[in-house]
Amino acid sequence: MKKISDSAEKKNNSIRMIIKRFKRHKLAVASLYFLIFITILAVFAPLIVPYDPNQVSTSFSQPPSAKHWLGTDQIGRDMFSRLLYATRISLFVGFAATVISTIIGVVLGLVAGYFGGIADTVIMRITDTIMSFPYILLVLVAAAIFEPGLWNIILILGFVDWPGAARLVRGNVLSLRESNFVKGSIVAGMPSRHILFSEILPNTVGPVLVYATSVFAISILDEAALSFLGMGVQPPQASLGNILNGAESITVLTGKLWLWVPAGLMIILLVISINFVGDALRDAIDPSAKEDRI
Amino acid sequence: MNNTDSKKFSFNGKFQENQHINPLIIVEGLKKFYPVKGQVLGRNKPVIHAVDGVDLEIYEGETLGIVGESGCGKSTVGRQIVALERPTSGRILYRGEDISHMPVSKLRKIRTDLQMVFQDSTSSLNPRKQVYEILAAPMLYHKTVKKENIDNEIDRLLDLVGLPKAMKYRYPHEFSGGQRQRIGIAKALSLNPKVIVCDEPVSALDVSVQAQILNLLKELQEELKLTYVFIAHGLGAVRYISNRIAIMYLGRIVEIADTKELFENPVHPYTKALFDASPLPVPTLRDRKRIILKGEIPSAISPPQGCRFHTRCPYALESCTTNDPMLLPVKPGSSHKVACPVLLAKGENHD
Repeated sequence: MKKISDSAEKKNNSIRMIIKRFKRHKLAVASLYFLIFITILAVFAPLIVPYDPNQVSTSFSQPPSAKHWLGTDQIGRDMFSRLLYATRISLFVGFAATVISTIIGVVLGLVAGYFGGIADTVIMRITDTIMSFPYILLVLVAAAIFEPGLWNIILILGFVDWPGAARLVRGNVLSLRESNFVKGSIVAGMPSRHILFSEILPNTVGPVLVYATSVFAISILDEAALSFLGMGVQPPQASLGNILNGAESITVLTGKLWLWVPAGLMIILLVISINFVGDALRDAIDPSAKEDRI
Repeated sequence: MNNTDSKKFSFNGKFQENQHINPLIIVEGLKKFYPVKGQVLGRNKPVIHAVDGVDLEIYEGETLGIVGESGCGKSTVGRQIVALERPTSGRILYRGEDISHMPVSKLRKIRTDLQMVFQDSTSSLNPRKQVYEILAAPMLYHKTVKKENIDNEIDRLLDLVGLPKAMKYRYPHEFSGGQRQRIGIAKALSLNPKVIVCDEPVSALDVSVQAQILNLLKELQEELKLTYVFIAHGLGAVRYISNRIAIMYLGRIVEIADTKELFENPVHPYTKALFDASPLPVPTLRDRKRIILKGEIPSAISPPQGCRFHTRCPYALESCTTNDPMLLPVKPGSSHKVACPVLLAKGENHD
């Protein structure tokens, strides 16, 4: 029993080490707090918002006031409520798309890298093919073919974003496969599944996690772009992109800043802070980083 | 083969009497070619002749040193012996069974007998795993140790390689190079192997640690009746640990003999050059007559015809460029074999 707790303590130590190294990046820490704050707001939006985001009222296009913190839009919906709901949707789309694309990428990358041969050739040529299309065009065409909507957007982004992860994992697996500890496992007669999932996979988690953060940020941007173009999340459901869509008219753009500045700022802040966190994570997660030895 | 037999030749110099015993491992006509990368088109793809016809016998309880410069194929031979790769042709017999063409499922059971210690101790341990996990996984998979005894077994292994038990929950990067190599040895020992191929196990360590590891390997050999194949490019370590030494050049064995015999009476010009190239701590010998090799080791993609060494050999004759030399005993019945008919003939004349 004592030994097990010993081991658990050691595990905690390595996590504590990662946290310690992460904390060195002040911007990333601030970004993380911001993300957590926004995520909590977004998740608990239904409990927080003062109005139903789709409830029209007679106060059209009101500037921010004590009653409507971020004003109202042309049909009298409360912009603060809409912003929180939009953030909720955008975060969800980004997260779900990232999970899908990362899983696909990791599985295909592992197979291609470890088994090589025909599997490798086929998977990597498909990867190259997808990567050779202009990304946003591919997404747009896919969105046009399938009906635009929340789940379709998630699936489209998820199925278009995986090649990067697949390449990353494949490259990692190729170098890990040549490492002595994998050879040692082969010499020890360990089965492929052990080598793949117990020796190789844990060593790719770090880079994949870092890559996933950037995919997360990109997915949020893509969802915004698609919704802005009308191919994404459909009104009346609010998303950061289709709120910006309302700023297409010059009068809104110049005269009614409260209708689009908060959504635009939210996108910028989300993407920047996710990227900061990803950067710090990359530095923190490397177990052999020597600097913290002191 | 019983224990008294193997005891007889676990010490230097006592090996000669045991030539009649069946070898533990027989390497027969081993060849390993690697395709040159980047060549997609073309019918005759160039290949690297990493190992080009090696015959070896390894006896139970001995340490066979394999020496040669970088790229001579010594590590490749080691990898074939532990069945990490399949040879291009030839075969390797372990206790009479051909392990180089065995199906994977059958090979898996034999693998526990043949383990390897790697040169780069950093990359030979999974950086994401604690020593405990590294050592436990193979034993649990092969069920050589019961789950409830695994703690004791790991303590025993760490004790065996001279590491404190408390270190088992550390990660590899928390150790020094020498300690990591000890863990690498413990990992190799965990499956109770009969043969350990040590692929330059001390080359990456500094001299004082080298000595510790070599002594550890020697002690373990006596204690556990291990057979070593010790691959190195430094003569000092090999001389210290080996009963027999094989000298390799460009994928071939050019000379093989008992350690003492080889160092006292090297015959092959390459062996001599190798010995002459290593510095001696004796100032008076500074001006000794030495064979100094000129030029580079030829390309392994198109090795020279005839004797591989003729392009750099000071004794080369016309015949060397065409006749492929065989490994022949220096004297009839001797275990000292050389692949140099020119110097063999000379030596006979002197006698």
